[in-house]
Amino acid sequence: MSLAATLQERFFRWALRGRAPEASPITLTQRRVYVLPTRQGLTYAVSLLVMLVGAINYNLSLGYALVFLLTGLGITAILHTFRNLVQLRIAPGRCEPVFAGELASFGIVLTNQRDEVRPAIRLRLPGQTSIEVEIAEQSSLEARLTMPAVQRGWLPLPRVTLETNYPLGLIRAWSYAAPEQRCLVYPAPAETAPPVPAMPGEDGGAARIVAGMEDFAGLRRHQPADPPRHVAWKAAARQDGGPLLTKLFTGAAAHTLWFDWDMLPASLDVETRLSMLTRWICDAHDAGLAWGLSLPGSELAPAGDDSHFHACLKRLALYAQE
Amino acid sequence: MPKSKVVAPPLHAKQSLWLFASALLVLAPLVPHLPQWLSALTALTLLWRGILLWRHLPLPSRWLLAFTGIAGASGIALHFHNLFGRDPGVALLVLLFALKLLEMHTLRDGFAVVLLGFFLSLTQFFYAQSILNAALTMAGVTLTTAALILLNHWRHPPVRTVRLAGLMLVQAIPFMLLLFVLFPRVQGPLWGLPIDAFSGLTGLSDSMSPGSLSQLSQSEAIAFRAKFSGAYENKAPPQTTLYWRGPVLSQFDGRTWRMGRVFVSNRLPYQSSGEAIDYVVTLEPHYKPWLFALEFPVTIPPDGVIATDYQILSKTQVRARMRYEMRSYPAIVAGVDESPAILREAMQLPPFSNPRARALAARWREEFGADDGAIMRNMVDFYRRQFFLYTLSPPLLGEHSVDEFLFDSRRGFCEHFSAGFVFMMRAAGIPARVVTGYQGGEVNPVDGTLIVRQSDAHAWAEVWLRGRGWVRVDPTAVIAPSRIEFNMAQALPAGEARPLMALPGFVWLMQMRYRWDALANVWNQWVLGYNPQRQRDLLASLGMRSPDWQQMTVVLTLICGALLLGFTAWALYQRQRTVPALAAWNRLSKLLARHGLARKPWEGPSDYAGRIAASLPGERRAVAVEAARIASIYARLRYGATNAPDAVRLLKEMGAGIARIQRLEGQVPAVAART
Repeated sequence: MSLAATLQERFFRWALRGRAPEASPITLTQRRVYVLPTRQGLTYAVSLLVMLVGAINYNLSLGYALVFLLTGLGITAILHTFRNLVQLRIAPGRCEPVFAGELASFGIVLTNQRDEVRPAIRLRLPGQTSIEVEIAEQSSLEARLTMPAVQRGWLPLPRVTLETNYPLGLIRAWSYAAPEQRCLVYPAPAETAPPVPAMPGEDGGAARIVAGMEDFAGLRRHQPADPPRHVAWKAAARQDGGPLLTKLFTGAAAHTLWFDWDMLPASLDVETRLSMLTRWICDAHDAGLAWGLSLPGSELAPAGDDSHFHACLKRLALYAQE
Repeated sequence: MPKSKVVAPPLHAKQSLWLFASALLVLAPLVPHLPQWLSALTALTLLWRGILLWRHLPLPSRWLLAFTGIAGASGIALHFHNLFGRDPGVALLVLLFALKLLEMHTLRDGFAVVLLGFFLSLTQFFYAQSILNAALTMAGVTLTTAALILLNHWRHPPVRTVRLAGLMLVQAIPFMLLLFVLFPRVQGPLWGLPIDAFSGLTGLSDSMSPGSLSQLSQSEAIAFRAKFSGAYENKAPPQTTLYWRGPVLSQFDGRTWRMGRVFVSNRLPYQSSGEAIDYVVTLEPHYKPWLFALEFPVTIPPDGVIATDYQILSKTQVRARMRYEMRSYPAIVAGVDESPAILREAMQLPPFSNPRARALAARWREEFGADDGAIMRNMVDFYRRQFFLYTLSPPLLGEHSVDEFLFDSRRGFCEHFSAGFVFMMRAAGIPARVVTGYQGGEVNPVDGTLIVRQSDAHAWAEVWLRGRGWVRVDPTAVIAPSRIEFNMAQALPAGEARPLMALPGFVWLMQMRYRWDALANVWNQWVLGYNPQRQRDLLASLGMRSPDWQQMTVVLTLICGALLLGFTAWALYQRQRTVPALAAWNRLSKLLARHGLARKPWEGPSDYAGRIAASLPGERRAVAVEAARIASIYARLRYGATNAPDAVRLLKEMGAGIARIQRLEGQVPAVAART
């Protein structure tokens, strides 16, 4: 890490009054709101200086008065800008899990306890564009900050910059906050995955299934002879350019699917396996099937509902991380 | 941290409208001081901008604007023969401002317009710094600030914007006052000023030709004010002693009288005698060195000298309003031992001019012999006998101006009378000179100051008599005695055009003017006349031991810091307003606290009610039931639809529930107390 980066990191840590994340709710006290002039503010100051020289040179008493009034206006702008941000309360809001490669969306609840509205407050995550919110008097709102989720696992909310240059744009007041919030990032579903193991038995052995038309049993790669109404269109739509799959139906004696870590070739690395398992789970969920998941050292009993879907994905997301 | 390049966002129509409105207010006071064609061009530009705004049309191309700009600048250069003076500078700034309004695409352009607007507000003070100007500027600055707020937040509602701008400016006023009083003042100019810096100012000049004073007498502008003390507190000495001595003109070229060669010193050339008059003069800047004082002054102000013709001079031009204390002795005899060189100069006449006057003077010399005093009295009689007319509009005079005036037209103003008199004395071989200055003045009954206006400009004669020194002779007093005893308005014949205020029947207008003028005097003394000297005096009188710039800076910093702290406290202050439902909810928690059942900060209503139910068994079940009811009402009030129609009823129910719990608790001793 370069010296500048080290210093910057130390500054952020100092500015946050300790190590991130912070306990919620965070109140932006006066000691952590910083105020500096903007580029416009500096231009304004230089203009006032020129006007002052003019007033001195021509002995314009009212010129002095005007320059001093505008100076006072600048000072007042500092106070108003500072006031717009100070004592704002920040708490973590909702944060839905996303797949790696998507945008993680963090909810930040901002509470204004003052009897006056706080306009034009901008929030920004490092490297992202900012969003602007206006918080009405005595109320709170949830702002949503997004950033790309790259890796599976927990994505902690990075340092949030809150800033405002309301009302005159001459002064910028800003503060940093790092509310304790994290977003669960599921592994990205593999673009290409082996067909869903269509007929695994509960014992992992060969299946004895009479192919039927009543119950959905699984998916396999589409073959030209398959009837078009058995194509898993939903799964195809999810996966643009992927192979077409055909839904398999069995009679009443349908078996539950088992997605097993060990069913995947041992030559694949961990991440690839995880993303293939993710793909299978997504496809099975889309098709409305029930499945079980077996990972080294853990197993999830078969089910088909949403909570099972998320539990499996969470298991995959955090595989070998906790 | 990577920072994306910010492209200046475009202006919203609403923002343009506000900038346009503030521009109108800023430009209005400047219009009378611009060349007429430029005012017209600016008005056209603004009209054009207004139409574009109204019709939501796109702005003109840059080429057209560049062309207009170059044409305008060339026009200014032609008009002023210069581009680097004060007036051409202001004209250029106005042109730039007007064109910038048409070239206002982005927020950055808008900000430039705001800054230019502040600059132009300053430039109007070149021309006038009255109370009215200050008020107008204040309005302009408020609107410009509002435009700046909208520039940053265009959704801001208009009324709230103006209110916020007003609030911010009101909060800025304490800082302005502090800085105004305590900011270490420097006497300008910091560098040489352009020659035209002081154009358009009227006042006495160092020369006098026929017509110059009568022109000045049409001006109601104030030359200076005098505040008498001692015997003349709140009034003034008799009008006939109020001869305010100005430039003494002893050189004559046949048409124009000019100042002669003078020497200056720090010592008085005469002995004081008789009654003293003490007063303080507040002189308006007239960009000439002379300071006016009653005849004959004995005080030489700190930065002043006295000339051999008894004229008090400042070492530099009077560029700012100046205040000096003065003492005069009207009875002083001056110049008994006048130097021959000065007397020679006071007898010089251009050869061959005004033959008729010369002939008359020669005849008188023969008639009266060596008696200079008799010749002088004879000249006064000449004026009295020959029906001279005092008028503001005398006929134009030709080459032999004195001859034509004395023998043909016989109509004139003080400059004609004094010039004729001095010419005749010199023609007769008596040293004489023209003294210009002001005569009289009016006492403002509101504050007791004597106001001397340009219309009080006067010229009289001074004749040197052996053994008596310089003797003042005012021929105007002979022809129009009321000019001296009262004022010009009284002296003019009926039907003569005179300044508006001098018209009879305007008593109430006079009263208003007196009041306004007393206010303007305070304004001049304390606001406009607040110079380094005034600042030192004020701060010393406030108890600052050595008011130098270091001390002023320290005090300024301290007070500004304290003020800033106060404002910061205001910024941090927020009224703790508790919602009524929350207040009742807290009461419940407090009521149950003695059972160890205070609500935990993170507990929601249903969790809390559940915990109460679980820990209040048996006979205390009623309390738990009541608490559960209250909790459900509270949940509805706080988290249900806002503005529920039955909110008031629910709140009352909550209160009743808490009262019931209170009653129940009163019957049964507390659990905690028992164990």
